[in-house]
Amino acid sequence: MSIQKRTKPVFPLLETRGITKIYGELRANDSVDFSILKGEIHALLGENGAGKSTLVKILFGSLQANEGTVLWDGVPVHVKSPSEARALGIGMVFQHFSLFEALTVAENIALSFEADVKLEDVSTKASKLSEQYGLPLDPSALVGDLSVGQRQRIEIIRCLMQDPSLIILDEPTSVLTPQEADILFETLFRLRDEGRSILYISHRLEEVQRICSAATIMRHGKIVDSCDPREETAGSLASKMVGSEIGNVVRQVGAVDGEIILQLNNLSMPATHPFAVSLKDINLTARAGEIVGIAGIAGNGQGELFGAISGEDKQDDSASVVILGHEAGFLNISERRCLGAAFVPEERLGHGAVPEMVLTDNMLLARHASDDTTFKKMGSLNVIARAAITNATKRVSDIMDVRKSAENPPAGALSGGNLQKFIVGRELDRNPQLLIVNQPTWGVDAGAAAHIRQSLIDLAAEGSAIIMVSQDLDEIFEVANTIAVMADGYLTKPVAASSMTREQIGLLMAGGPKASGGVAA
Amino acid sequence: MRIELQKRQAASGVFSYLSPFLALALTLIAGAIMFSLLGKNPATALYTYFIEPLTDPWSRDQIIVKATPLALIAIGLAVCFRSGNWNIGAEGQYLIGGMIGATLPVLFHEWQSPLLLPLMMAMGMAGGALYAFIPAILKSRFGTNEILTSLMLVYIAQQIVDWVVRGPWRDPKGMGFPGTKSFNSSGILPDLFKHSDAHYGAVFAILTAVIIWFMLSKTLKGFEISVLGQSPRAGRFAGFSAKQMTVFAFLTSGALAGLAGIAEVSGSVEKLDDKLSLGYGFTAIIVAFLGRLNPLGILAAAFILALSYIGGEAAQISMGISDRATRVFQGLLLFFVLACDTLIHYRIRITSSLKGKT
Repeated sequence: MSIQKRTKPVFPLLETRGITKIYGELRANDSVDFSILKGEIHALLGENGAGKSTLVKILFGSLQANEGTVLWDGVPVHVKSPSEARALGIGMVFQHFSLFEALTVAENIALSFEADVKLEDVSTKASKLSEQYGLPLDPSALVGDLSVGQRQRIEIIRCLMQDPSLIILDEPTSVLTPQEADILFETLFRLRDEGRSILYISHRLEEVQRICSAATIMRHGKIVDSCDPREETAGSLASKMVGSEIGNVVRQVGAVDGEIILQLNNLSMPATHPFAVSLKDINLTARAGEIVGIAGIAGNGQGELFGAISGEDKQDDSASVVILGHEAGFLNISERRCLGAAFVPEERLGHGAVPEMVLTDNMLLARHASDDTTFKKMGSLNVIARAAITNATKRVSDIMDVRKSAENPPAGALSGGNLQKFIVGRELDRNPQLLIVNQPTWGVDAGAAAHIRQSLIDLAAEGSAIIMVSQDLDEIFEVANTIAVMADGYLTKPVAASSMTREQIGLLMAGGPKASGGVAA
Repeated sequence: MRIELQKRQAASGVFSYLSPFLALALTLIAGAIMFSLLGKNPATALYTYFIEPLTDPWSRDQIIVKATPLALIAIGLAVCFRSGNWNIGAEGQYLIGGMIGATLPVLFHEWQSPLLLPLMMAMGMAGGALYAFIPAILKSRFGTNEILTSLMLVYIAQQIVDWVVRGPWRDPKGMGFPGTKSFNSSGILPDLFKHSDAHYGAVFAILTAVIIWFMLSKTLKGFEISVLGQSPRAGRFAGFSAKQMTVFAFLTSGALAGLAGIAEVSGSVEKLDDKLSLGYGFTAIIVAFLGRLNPLGILAAAFILALSYIGGEAAQISMGISDRATRVFQGLLLFFVLACDTLIHYRIRITSSLKGKT
């Protein structure tokens, strides 16, 4: 591992020796030895459950190792809490944000300081940092009104406020557009050039190759390899992670001319709160066998579009949403499900699933109306048929390879990837004729993401239509037949995926044509 | 050094069931210590408190009389609280239920019919439900805070009932005391046993507990209640309406509070007077949580709370233990129940700022 040699000897900023963490029978970390040099961007790769989060939590002090030592600047340290980690100079941006929705950006940032600080000072400093590192953010905005992408910026800036020497980033680009990601990379390069180190956890191997000069790969709690990702291919990195070659997603290419499954006719919806996006005159047709990919930067109306099609928000015009020939604008989400539609929202916890409830209850959550006769018995008493629900849950867990610690754990106990597989599988199990899915693989590891994408393609091949909202362009190009772009509540006319380039999409995302006019095809 | 509560990875199943008994045992120990510090024989005091009321028929009846409205109201509140609707005004719904239920026997005093009692009960439930509908509609239509509106409506209900029994409905032959005429016999809820104060309201409470338990644990409605209580957004995704749930929960708990009110009026007092508001509607909030919002648990909790009241009275009379000491004792019970419940889900961790072993 060569890094540009200066006159001073290069020694690790942080080193671990024999870190072991045991949960019951499971060795989540097994004698982990690794090190990060000063001024490098170091990738930590591995599948879900490989032990990355455990290791990072130990470094950050939120977990304690059973064995092993951590050396900081060559000195053994015992980090017992995140605040001690921060005092040492370790900052972390989590994948799941810890923000209070009812507070403003500045208030949220101020909360992470131990001593009393003036809110104005925090605001000013945050604005300065956000400008300096190209992460635009309004300190007085309420967090509840911000998109996922904007919330992440708060976390990054909050971390930078502490002036850390090591920054740990967990899946930072999963909510960003390519352009936004580029800006983030510029930020990271600047931080690196200032002599800071960055530990970068990502499932996007292209990115890792682009920005990281070293990579450590974990599998089943152990370090299995370390390499310079720039000298590897995405394929070779992926196979190191999963221990075998992962199958590429297979898609049949060809024109889709099946019957019309979903039609949106001049769908417009006013914004429901000051920071929401209004939907403007959206027209879209999805046919049997078609996967329509909807690209766009977070917070451009994708969530609102999902709510409008699903019936969580009803329309004023019955004909603006037509599902399988039925005007559905006045129908609620249960009635739309009964027409044959299925929905997978962006947020897994608290929207697609109730975290404290077990999987069988979460199965019932989305299917009590569509599976009326199997999941309920005794007529209008609506007694829950537990056995049928347990069967369906087992079926979905097997087909989707949902890995769980118990037979029927609470949804919140599953890792992100496994819960996502369950939530997607819950809908696929119904064989819906229409599936609306928002961010199908956000924060999901490579193996699970490939599994989910393949199952979407298989569903379409059986004659269903799929609307897939995603900010991941790789995913859109991999899966979708046709692509439309959302910007500021408008949706561009869908165009065959084969005739679109990343650059065209990037331009449209940044707010190209205002109406659903054509794109250069 | 700092003391923290840290969430346990999984709650122990055995201790979830043992917790109430553990709490009871701890209360007895702490109570014994307290009584001996007061210079009383702890064994006699505890006997007077917990055993004697059960051996004496009169006390036993009184326990049932007190536990009945507590259980009925708390069961309704459990539906409300589980669905995330904070009905604090059960006392008002209880009063209005008692008043509306008393309309027929007051206005048609001579009417004797087997239909009278069922009508009274139905009207009592309707009255309580309608009164609960006010905060429900205010919340679902205008987004008002139901804690404030339901609580404020209690004071209004107290004034209304007070006015009615002093004004239009006062018994002219009542020696000037506020209150209606005593109901005729067909308007009086029958006694549970011969010559007993306990009335059929207790049967209503047990039936209601079973029905609501079935609804909460076995039916889709119960599932809907839990989902909306835990995660309104996921509830919306499931196609459940939080606004309709607010109305449903308030109507249910209002109806049960109203039933408690008319059962008390018809079964215990046998007329409507100015002493109906005894705070059952507020104590029922404690009962609901002591029973962990589970209707069957609530039956037990209502019984234990009623026992501690009656036992406390007995201890005051026979042993001269002060009213304050009995209240401290009830406080101890509540404290230990909540502490045991908390420690099932959390562990206490003492963290020090010193470096060293974990």
